[in-house]
Amino acid sequence: MTRIPLRPLARILQARASGANPDRIEQENLALRHQSMREAQRNQSQMRIFLLAAAFFSAYALIALQMGKLAASEPAEPRLAQIGPSINASRADIVDRNGNVLATNLSTHALYVQTRDLVDPPNVASKLAALFPELDEAALLRRMTDGRSFLWVRRTLSPEQMQLVHEIGDPGLLFGAREMRLYPNGQLAAHVLGGAGFGQEGVDSAEVIGVAGVEKAMDGRLRDPASAGKPLVLSLDLTVQTTVEEVLQTGISMLSAKGGAAILMEVQTGEIVALAAGPTFDPNDRPANPTSGNPDDSPLFNRAVQGVYELGSIFKIFAAAQAMDLGLLNPGSMVDANAPMIWGKHKIEEFEGKNYGPLLSVSDVIAKSSNVGSAHIGLMIGAERQQAFLKALGLFDPSPVELIEAPSARPLRPDRWTELVTITASYGHGISGSPMNIAAAYATLANGGRLVKPTILHRDSPYNGPQVLSEAAADESMTMLRRVVTEGTASFGEVAGYEVGGKTGTADKVKKGGGYYEDKVINTFAAVFPISDPKYVLIVTLDEPVETSGATVKRTAGWTAVPVAAEIIRRTAPLLGLRPLVEPAAKNAILPVSN
Amino acid sequence: MRPIIYVLGFLVLIGLGSWAYRENYATQNALRQVSDLQNEIALLRESLAVQRAEWAYLNRPDRLRELVTLNFDRLGLFPMEPTQFGAASDIAYPAPDALLGPPDTSLEQGLSAPAQPAADAPEGQP
Repeated sequence: MTRIPLRPLARILQARASGANPDRIEQENLALRHQSMREAQRNQSQMRIFLLAAAFFSAYALIALQMGKLAASEPAEPRLAQIGPSINASRADIVDRNGNVLATNLSTHALYVQTRDLVDPPNVASKLAALFPELDEAALLRRMTDGRSFLWVRRTLSPEQMQLVHEIGDPGLLFGAREMRLYPNGQLAAHVLGGAGFGQEGVDSAEVIGVAGVEKAMDGRLRDPASAGKPLVLSLDLTVQTTVEEVLQTGISMLSAKGGAAILMEVQTGEIVALAAGPTFDPNDRPANPTSGNPDDSPLFNRAVQGVYELGSIFKIFAAAQAMDLGLLNPGSMVDANAPMIWGKHKIEEFEGKNYGPLLSVSDVIAKSSNVGSAHIGLMIGAERQQAFLKALGLFDPSPVELIEAPSARPLRPDRWTELVTITASYGHGISGSPMNIAAAYATLANGGRLVKPTILHRDSPYNGPQVLSEAAADESMTMLRRVVTEGTASFGEVAGYEVGGKTGTADKVKKGGGYYEDKVINTFAAVFPISDPKYVLIVTLDEPVETSGATVKRTAGWTAVPVAAEIIRRTAPLLGLRPLVEPAAKNAILPVSN
Repeated sequence: MRPIIYVLGFLVLIGLGSWAYRENYATQNALRQVSDLQNEIALLRESLAVQRAEWAYLNRPDRLRELVTLNFDRLGLFPMEPTQFGAASDIAYPAPDALLGPPDTSLEQGLSAPAQPAADAPEGQP
């Protein structure tokens, strides 16, 4: 900055020459100098204020940011958050309706090898092979020494086994934490539970995934971390399930059957109290899926849900109930039952060539299980209405029950619904369904005609289905079912005090190439009890049973499935809390007598 | 005056410093304790799950049935049957005990009592 002199000589001389006061020039220059000094000072102050404001602003902004961060982040200590996930078991338990554990988790360890840390591979291989019989020593040693750095030895170890492996003492043997699915009741409810296996595997953990049954169908719910602490409550009752399985298994072995299934369902809610299928397996040690042969030869096959068979005469009640619902008939109406019935080139006969005709009441058609009578009822209803009714009962669609096997078990029916199909369908041939389909349909009849949706999960409230047929027709069909037991084909089904009603079904098995086997049958008994106020539906199906106690070999449902079902009802009804309706006489009653 | 304020200020500073120091370590201790407790809870939960599985395994129906069969002469347990349902009136009152005297029958009287006042009422009226 150039400093301007206060008294520049040139201007002073000029002023003196013109007679002006030179002091004024000095004052003027002084004023100018002061003004420029003030301006410089003001700029400096402004700069300072701006810097100060910026400093305060950034300080407060920092605080605000930190506050925002604290408010937005989870209020947890970082070190505590690490421990959190290991506390909760990752997969929810499965319990029955009373809270008994059906499936739970157990923490265990997997054994793996870091080969570069192994000190003495031959010794380790021989000791491991001695501990675990399923390991092959030579193969293990080869895998340890072929250059790989890492190998799995076992997926699960018991604590005792883990200790024994520790005692081998080789630094290359390492353990990874695992959760293992445990079914403490062994084979019980195996077909419902299915089983579980390992999905993605890491060193420190592995995910447990369901492979069948409700474990797979509800996999999302079971693995959901939000509900890991809440067990999945099934509608099964452990005690009833045990009893049903026991009786069914006894029935299968006594009648030399290939297999069987039993479903016990609550009428009002559609909850399945027991679901048994034989032969069965242990879900803790689930066998491999079959790769050859018939699928129903494998114990994994769930006959109750996957077994799609022609189930025979148990369909007759649907025809009768629909005819009554449409007002075509009432229980006493007489229908043509003159056997054999000729339809085109087909001949429809009764069991063992009998003839119940010429006329039979609708109630007797059901009680005596007349094919011809049902065929005539079917023809009265007609193909369209029959199809619509069977579809409404859910007999054309896979059962909606929460088992992974259910959606693939689609009932079979002919593409073209001819009059002949109408005839055969009215007595349960030509169309097929699984016992679960039948259970739901019978429960619908027993529920006063309101549709019942089967479920394996415990519900709190009854299911309000649409009305499929009138309550009057449903009640009439219940009375008919009762007559089947009191006077008809299911006389062995009577259980004192429980008013059992039901319908037998004996169907010849379908050959692979077409046609029917002579001596291979599927026997089914669909029971409802107690008839006056239906509470439970029981379906018992036996695959190829033979009753050989008498002089002749018997294969009808009345001799095979019915006694098994009666025994199931006799054993389970008290467990379900049903009092017998007629009080049994006291054993040592003192009776008033007179002489 | 000013030195006294300085001395007091230093004392307060020393006090606050030692308080902050103690709080710091107390917090760290508390955190360590919480983490230990969390570990303990995790272990206890795990053993609880094992116990529950063990309990379910020991109470599996197969085993209970075997035990009932083995101990039949002591327990005499049968499967439940429809004939086992009874009415409350079938249950006998206990026999008189030599020491306690006759059993208390006030409940029985109470049950049959309501019939009597109804029968008496018309007579009581003038």
